[in-house]
Parts: sequence; structure tokens; C-alpha cells
Amino acid sequence: MSLVGAKVLRKEDPRLLSGTGTYVDDLSPAQCAFASFVTSAEAHATIDAIDVRAALAIPGVLAVYTAADFTDYPDLPGGLPTLERPALARNTVRFVGEPVAVVVAEDRYIAADAVAAVTVSYSPLKVMTTIEDATAGDSVPLFPRHGSNVITIVPTMDDLEKELAKCHGRASLHIVNQRCAAVPIEPMAVLADWKPDGLTVWATFQAPHHLRNYLATWLDIPQMNCRVVAPDVGGGFGSKIVWYPELFIAPVISKLLRRPVKFAQTRTEAMMQMAHGRDQVHDIEVGYEKDGTIKALRLIVSQNLGAYGDPTGLGLAVLTTWMAAGAYRIPKVSTSFRTVVTNTTPVAAYRGAGRPEAAYSIERIVDQVARQTGLDPAVVRQRNFIPPSAFPYETHNEAVVYDSADFPAALAECLRIVDYDAVRAEQKARRNDPSKPLLGIGLSCWLEIAGFGPNGSLEGFGHLASWESAQVRIQPDGSAIVYSGSSPHGQGHETMLSQIASDELGISFDRIKVITGDTAAVLQGIGTMGSRGAPTAGSAVKVASSRVLTRAKRIAAHLLEAAEEDLEVVDDAFNVKGSPGKKVSWGDVAWASFQPLRIPPELQAGSLEERLFQESPNFSYPSGAYACVVEIDRETGDVTIRDMVLVDDCGTVINPLLAEGQVHGGVAQGIAQALYEGVSYDSSTGQPVTANLLDYLVPSAADLPDYKVGRTTTLCPNNPLGAKGIGESGSVGAPPAVINAIVDALSEFGVDHIDMPATPEKIWKAMKSGGNS
Amino acid sequence: MTAIGSEIYSLNVNGRELPVRDSWIGESLLFVLRERLGLPGAKGACEQGECGSCTVIIDDKAVCSCLVLAASAQGAAIRTVEGLGPDGRLSDVQQSFLDAGGVQCGFCTPGFIVAVHHLLDGNPDPSDLEIKEALSGNICRCTGYGRILDAVKQVAVSRRSGSRGDSKEGAR
Ligand code: FES
Ligand code: FES
Repeated sequence: MSLVGAKVLRKEDPRLLSGTGTYVDDLSPAQCAFASFVTSAEAHATIDAIDVRAALAIPGVLAVYTAADFTDYPDLPGGLPTLERPALARNTVRFVGEPVAVVVAEDRYIAADAVAAVTVSYSPLKVMTTIEDATAGDSVPLFPRHGSNVITIVPTMDDLEKELAKCHGRASLHIVNQRCAAVPIEPMAVLADWKPDGLTVWATFQAPHHLRNYLATWLDIPQMNCRVVAPDVGGGFGSKIVWYPELFIAPVISKLLRRPVKFAQTRTEAMMQMAHGRDQVHDIEVGYEKDGTIKALRLIVSQNLGAYGDPTGLGLAVLTTWMAAGAYRIPKVSTSFRTVVTNTTPVAAYRGAGRPEAAYSIERIVDQVARQTGLDPAVVRQRNFIPPSAFPYETHNEAVVYDSADFPAALAECLRIVDYDAVRAEQKARRNDPSKPLLGIGLSCWLEIAGFGPNGSLEGFGHLASWESAQVRIQPDGSAIVYSGSSPHGQGHETMLSQIASDELGISFDRIKVITGDTAAVLQGIGTMGSRGAPTAGSAVKVASSRVLTRAKRIAAHLLEAAEEDLEVVDDAFNVKGSPGKKVSWGDVAWASFQPLRIPPELQAGSLEERLFQESPNFSYPSGAYACVVEIDRETGDVTIRDMVLVDDCGTVINPLLAEGQVHGGVAQGIAQALYEGVSYDSSTGQPVTANLLDYLVPSAADLPDYKVGRTTTLCPNNPLGAKGIGESGSVGAPPAVINAIVDALSEFGVDHIDMPATPEKIWKAMKSGGNS
Repeated sequence: MTAIGSEIYSLNVNGRELPVRDSWIGESLLFVLRERLGLPGAKGACEQGECGSCTVIIDDKAVCSCLVLAASAQGAAIRTVEGLGPDGRLSDVQQSFLDAGGVQCGFCTPGFIVAVHHLLDGNPDPSDLEIKEALSGNICRCTGYGRILDAVKQVAVSRRSGSRGDSKEGAR
């Protein structure tokens, strides 16, 4: 029976359920010192002086370091020239929470006291937290050497004004995709142990080899002496592939003090120091014909980068403009973007990274076309869909060729599950019944770019390459170890990759062990991001396993004196088809494979092992159709999600338990963006006002609806598994469904748009002012 | 001001009396469990009482151990995630999370497991709303909660139908 596609329970759970998983802060080697940052209280200022004397006088304080102690080390990797970020702020601070000095002490309590005892004096500079402020006439450059706060501009060749003017009608929206915090439940933590024979760093990170590559270069040590381990990792969502100062500073401190040293963020530090996501402003406009077909689309994107140019942060707007047209065949598409630095926490990838922003704007504007034409939003979508026959579909950008999809089928399934006509009828009936809450229905026919990626794609974000590695090793007893370069943080790789290997090898699931996240064990790796686990790492394991099986069959045939073609692998044994009882166990074959006298002459001992770097010819394009039904309290503006229907197409599903879990989690984050979350700053001082879980509203179980899940399947033609990836789907698809539903419910008040998060206050105001708030 | 003291007191954790050494008097129960008593199951994700990752049971009350002074818990019966499953096996709640797919990154999981044991020990037949309320102090960023709620309902049903596993002894 094939395990791929089956609901297989997770291997990793027993340890996690019993509290015996190992996260970085669970490790406390003997003599471990604790380090903590003194961080900037100013959003933009020059540093006049740092006085560390009082801190050094505290018993148990081992050292205090500032930028002056790191002059031998380069700036953090990945920054643009003229936009360098030193590991500790040098002369200038650019956001509240930026590390200025580091205190090392015997334990975390002494470190906290010592942090409080360090005095930093600043001369404040002009604070700019928004794109508007940072580009205003009286703005000052964050990086005087760069001159402007606008870091990159990618203009359009043609603003499509002519095409838009020719159309029957035009629809436009100004859309703010607010800043969100990833909030992995485990904050950043790193433990470094510098020994004479090499450095080991344990970090809660999504890409340990990536960190190894950059860390060794930064420290100027050979990679062979730099081991990075990502043990159990408590979530990431993109925020744990960022070059945080502590990742680089901890090893240096360990070297200087000759003892292990640990950093573990508090939640408030995490809210200020871990990269944020989104924070784009869009101006989107389309031209349409009377029947709702869209002829031209123009999208202008401004990206708030925060205080420094993170390599992925700089790329977010690229992905947004790539995916601007979504699931629709739009003859003319024009996109442009600019990126702007501000006095806020740096922005980088957050679950979806550039694609939720694209999906949100196109799905909002399609609803606006429906509004202006008087057509049903489902009909407008159906009339503009790229038809299933048009794949592979070349988009407005040559880098983007959609692989496969069936948008009409997905929407039809979604409408069926939500019972669309009935809900529309109910809505109509309620219009005239003020005793009932408002009812709204929102659709989202989204698609995103995933499976990163073809050669050259991740390199653009500073990664070594875009393949993923697998190594499959048969032990002499016929059990197997699978090493993957994709290091998980909750996705369930141990289970998913075991299923794939088990199917290919004919070795039972329980006799396969998956090892990830340790550069000393896993040959090379790229990491877990961009919904690439199944398409790249899964495919790598599949191909490597099948090659091992080919050689194992040769050995089995040799031992059985049978023809390879006559063998089948069932229940951990090689059987000769049609000759019951004539078989040899996987264990016997594995044992023999190490004994030169027992294997066919063309094979060598130890040949039941394969290492492989799986490349992809293209990205993958997961898609889906979501529907959201909301009720809005007419008195308070409070939103209740009554129904949330999720029809996903991620190609081959390896394990529905894991796939649906990813969708649930992504949708929860999408609903959270639509209704609750948003990082905000006091615009005059740059002080964050959402720096803990009380002020930043991560939803609890009481805040989220139940989900109805459906599925359509178009296989990905670009990898051997046919998988498209599913990690980010929910966070891409959910926000437009929720906001479209809210705007739909508010249509009778003349409301065309409402920005996220759609709080009761905003909705109440929109009801009062007819959207002209 | 902190001081590295060597106040010695003892805590009753999972039915055993454990001496606490090298702690200072202001240390939270979370860190005493994790760093003095070798019980790292409870996790710290906010230390502000906002996430529930650190949930333990003290004398039949579920509390955020990050907000409890360890020294003040002397004489109380403390239960942590490490003490719920009998003989190193999973409790019925833990097994139900596994069966329902209620775990992803696992960092929030010990807090949920403790909170669910506490809920069901006091209320064997909770309504959906009661479950959501009981768990509203526990943040999970990965699962969207659907599978966690399924797991709770499942284990409640199986306990009521008498097919409960081994948890009662383990849980007490
Ligand atoms: S760590 Fe105690 S509630 Fe978050
Ligand atoms: S499983 Fe990751 S936070 Fe709950």
C-alpha cells in the first residue's frame, strides 16, 4: 500500500508531546554564560557615548562589548553597499530595539540587571516610520552615503494609460497591506560553543547550512570547523532565515570567554528584533469591459523595508509584481515598485512573502470590478480565469510560467461547499431586516509561487543554490537513514520524508529515520522556506531512494539467482514474483551489500547509499479557491466568521494530515492579518506600540472559526512527486476572502474598501461614514 | 539586584519532593523547573502570562509558571507535562493530540497538554465554547487550533465512554 497520500501519524510527536523535544534554550552546557543586548531606546539617533562601567561592576558580569570591540569583523552579511548593518550599532541607531551593546553574565538575571546598568547617550535625529515620511520633502536619509531613503526603484516601461483609457470602465484601489510580525512561538535563541577544534552553534533557524556558510565566512574560519545545528525549532514562518546579530556575536563571545554562551530573546525583544513582514502600499487599477473581462492591469508597489535592506526584504516586491495578475488572463499588465528604508524593525519574508500582498490586491480589485459592473464576483472571476487548457501559462514576466491549475473547477467546488446561491439568497433577504447582523460573502481565487526554485532563484536571495539535497543510507540491518538538507520547524519532515522513502524503498515506515538540521550530519542543504519542502526535498528523497532500490534489487537478484525484473519488494523483503517463498529480506540484502564476496562483481561494498541534489526546472504554483461568510454586528462592527471554505490545489498530497495542518495554520495567520494583527509605531517617536502579545493580537482558539476543507488536484509537472508545496497557501488565500466578505457585507453603506486589520472600530466608522472615513 | 544564592527549599513536582539548589529567591517557577530541576517541558515564550506555553498545574489550578515565584509553590502539588503519561508512555490527551494532528512545531504543545488535562479533569463534558475558553490563554502559532480542538473533543468522548486509557493514574 502506498504511504504517499495516506494519513500517516507524525513520528516527531511523541517527544514533542511529552516535553522531551530539544529546543535551543533547553540546552545548558556546563559553564554556559548568558548574553543579552542593550538595545536602542531611540528610533533614529547618533550614539554619543556608551558607559558600561556600572554594568561591569556588578558581580557575575563577565564582559560588556560594543561596536568598538567588533572592528575586526565585517558588517552583517547580505546588506547592500551603502546600507551596511554592523552587528552592533556603530555611531547611528535606526530603529527601537536595535542592539547597541552586549552584556555577558553568569546567568540571565545578572545579564538583565547589567543591561539596565548600561547608559547610552543619544542625539536624536528625525524619525520616519512610514514610506510617506521617509520620502517627504523634509525627510533625512537613514544612510547619508546612499543619499535617499528610496533604495531600489523598478519602473514600468509602459504605464498602460492608453489601454486603461480605452476600456469600458476603470476600477482602482489604494491598498495598505499592513506590517505583521511572524511571532513564531519560540523566540530567537542561539547557543555557541567555541572549542579549539571547532565551533558549534545551536540556533533556532530554518536553514542551518545557509547560516554555516555565512557564519564561517564572517568569522574567517573554514567551514569544516563550523558546525551549525537547528534542533527542534519552534516555528519560523520566514523570520528565522534572517541574519540577526546574535547569530554572529555569540561565537565571538564564546571564543573570547572560552565558555559556551547563550542568547535567548524575551518576547518583547522578539517583537522588536525579529524581522517583520508585509508592509506594502499598493495602487492598483484595472480597465474592464462591460461583461467584466479585465483588459489591463497596473500595479504600483511601495515596500517599507524597515531600517536595513534585508536580502529577502528587498525581494518581496519582486515576488508581488510577478504575481500581480493572479489567476486571470489579463492581456496587458504593468508593474513597478520602489523600496524605502524607515526607522522601524527590518522587514523580511513572512509566510507568503510578497505573494499574499499580490493575491490580496488582485482579489480586491476583481471584487471592485464586480461591484462597478453589477456582476456577481464569482461570475467576474469565471470570465477572467486562465483556462485549464492554457497551461503552462506565460505571464507578463518571463520568469513566471504557471505550471498547472484548474481555477474553474476549484471555484466550482468552493461554491458548492459554501452553498453559494443559498447564502446569496439569505443575504438578500437580510438586507431589509435590521434585526439581523449584516451578512457578507467573500471569494478568493488565489495562486502563488512556491517550490523555490529553479537554478538561480534562491541565489538571488543570497543562498548557495536552489536545489535541495537528500542522502539515503541503508544500514547493515536493512533499516534506513534519510538525511535531508531541508531543516523543518513544524512541517513534519520526519514523517513526510519517511513516507516517500518507504514507498520507494519498500522498507517499512518505522524502519526509516530522518535526520535534518545538523551540518555535521547532513551533507549540504539549503533550507525550509518558500513552500519547498515537498517539491524539492521530497523529490530529492524520492529519486535518491529509487536509485538505492535499483542497486538493492541487483544484489537481491544475485543472492536469489533470479532476474531483477522478476523481483518485487513487499514487507521489507524481495520476492520472486510467482514463486511464493523464494525471497530474501531487506536485512539480508543490506547485510550482503557490505560484503564484497556476496555482491555482484559490478557493485562495490556500501553501494546502498545515494546522495543527490535535486534541481527544479521551474517554480511550482499552488492555487485554490476560498470562501468566507461573515456576519457583522450592526451596532458594534464586530465580525464573526460563520463559514470558511478552503479548496486547495497543491498537486500531489503526501500526507493529508500534514497538508491540512499547514492550510489551517496558514489560514489562521491570514485571518489574523485580516482581522486582528498589525505592527504599529508611534509615528513621531518611532516607539513600537505592539511589542508584546497583549498589544499584538495573535488569535487564540476562541477567535478563529472552524474550516471546511476541499481539494482539487493538478499535478506539478516539474518535479518527480508532482507536489506544489502548501506551507504558505493559507496565508495567501485567506486575507482577501475575509476582507471581500466584510466589504460585501458593508456594500449597502457604500463602502468600497476597508484596510486590514478590519477592527470593529474601523468597520463601525465605515458604517457611519459610508466608507469616506 | 540578583544574587546567586544557595537557598535550599524543596518543591513537590509530579509526586516527588525535589530539592531546589542554586536558585535565588525571586526566580520564577518556570525557570526553576527548567533550569534547576531538569524539567524543560514547560516552555517560556513570553514570560508575561500571555502565551500559556509555560502552563503547569498547582494544586488543581492551571497556572502560567512564568508568573509564579517558585519559592511560593512550596508545599503545593505541582504537575508538569513530564508527569502526565504513566511510565514514560503518552497520556490519553497526548495520544489524542497525536491522532488528531494537533502538533506542528511542538513548542506550545506541553502547555496545551497540561491545560487540557486540567480542563477535562474538572469538566469531563465540556462544550465547544468551554473548550475554547479554557484554551484561550494558550497561543499556538502553527496549527490554527482546529486539530487541537478535535483532539480535546476526541479524548473527552473516549473518557466518557469509559475507554479512557491510562491517564487518570498518570494524571494524579
Ligand atoms: S511564558 Fe508564561 S505565559 Fe508565556
Ligand atoms: S505547534 Fe507551533 S505554536 Fe503550536
